[in-house]
Amino acid sequence: MVEALRLALAIAAKDLRAEMRSRTSFLSAAMFAALLLVVFNFARDPTAVATIDLAPGILWVTVAFAAVVAMNRGFAVERENHAFDGLLLAPVSREVLFLGKYLANLTFVLLVEAIALPLFVLFFNVDLSHALPGLLTTLLLATAGLVSVGTLFSAIVVRTRFAELMLPVLLLPFMVPPLVFAVQITMRLLTGRALSEVAGGLRLLVLYDVAFITVSLLLFSAVVDE
Amino acid sequence: MPSADRPALEAVGLDRAYGSVRAIRGVDLTLGAGEVLMVLGPNGAGKTTLLRVLAGLLRPSAGEVRIAGQTLRASEPESRRPIGFLSHHSLLYDDLTLLENLAFAARLYGLSEPEHKAREALRGFGLGERLNDQPRDLSRGLEQRAAIARALIHDPAVLLLDEPFTGLDTNSAELLRALLRERCLGGRAVVLVTHHPSEAWDLATRVGVLRGGQWVLQETRAASLEQFVTRYQELARG
Repeated sequence: MVEALRLALAIAAKDLRAEMRSRTSFLSAAMFAALLLVVFNFARDPTAVATIDLAPGILWVTVAFAAVVAMNRGFAVERENHAFDGLLLAPVSREVLFLGKYLANLTFVLLVEAIALPLFVLFFNVDLSHALPGLLTTLLLATAGLVSVGTLFSAIVVRTRFAELMLPVLLLPFMVPPLVFAVQITMRLLTGRALSEVAGGLRLLVLYDVAFITVSLLLFSAVVDE
Repeated sequence: MPSADRPALEAVGLDRAYGSVRAIRGVDLTLGAGEVLMVLGPNGAGKTTLLRVLAGLLRPSAGEVRIAGQTLRASEPESRRPIGFLSHHSLLYDDLTLLENLAFAARLYGLSEPEHKAREALRGFGLGERLNDQPRDLSRGLEQRAAIARALIHDPAVLLLDEPFTGLDTNSAELLRALLRERCLGGRAVVLVTHHPSEAWDLATRVGVLRGGQWVLQETRAASLEQFVTRYQELARG
């Protein structure tokens, strides 16, 4: 177990180190998130629709699309020089391999969210003083599920000719359930409801995470072995 | 290390199809410790497919591969540990330095002191001055040297080499030949794919020719390269 975790962390560290060096995907995802928030900010008429009615949807649309941009890089880095063959040849189980790629993608998307959230607060002037713990929990739970499906699908599309195009097509339908839960939870949190009132939604997110992380772990081997 | 009573590498009835095209058909292979099989064949003969199936990168449509008696399976990671594979591609990450690339490979194989092992492996191939360079900054020959160092970093018992001399200058090629000779004396088994028999003639103990995904020749290496080349050209033409 310790050895498996050590290997998974080595794979994740390698991915993050490669990304830190080029920063192309991180900057693209962060810029994309910022651009979406700016556009939405200028597109709304605060006298016609209350900010609180739009803000949750805008936050999660931004997170969802930035996550797709971010996750496209997950296996793109493995395409160079067929480096993925090197991972498949190593005495590392496919489950550990998935876990390593998953941890890297999760860190990456959470970093993008760490940039998007302050921008969201700035542009939409929302008060997070009471909602912050609940919102951070929601972000973490929803992202954990989205990234598990995203990691699996990016492994599927990496060998196709139009990987960047295929990933959102496959991934977006699977993103709908956690996004719906997350938007509803965020709406309630931003309107000052207590955390206990969103416990049901958080439980659904946990259920989604457990289900899709398990399914992704089980299917990963079938996806990567030719 | 392969034991004396079991072949280092054994393939039985290997088939691999891509759709309706059968890239290899009924390929059998037995290789003992210290043996070097040089595999030749015209383009599209199935040489690279055979090597990828032997490495476990492609699942055979039929048949199985055994390394030191253990069946190679995707679900059994330890069955892959004895394999060292050099492909047409370097398997190196362009955004990492050579040292980081090889240290990562060493970590995947659970080697102690991965950075030290990576440094030693790169120095062994004359890349001691290029440790912090990225693969994209290297010439084809230097990248090939780094790829070989990566493939051999865990001292594998079975070496599967696809055109290992590609891009290497005379000195580097001689260095690789000396290293392979040393490994064979140490009991390693080698399958070496090439288009140029002269590159590995002195190393080879056996020679195989593939055509249309099947062996048309597999025998102990003959004494004369010239005679073999003439025969090979006839076999390759069919």
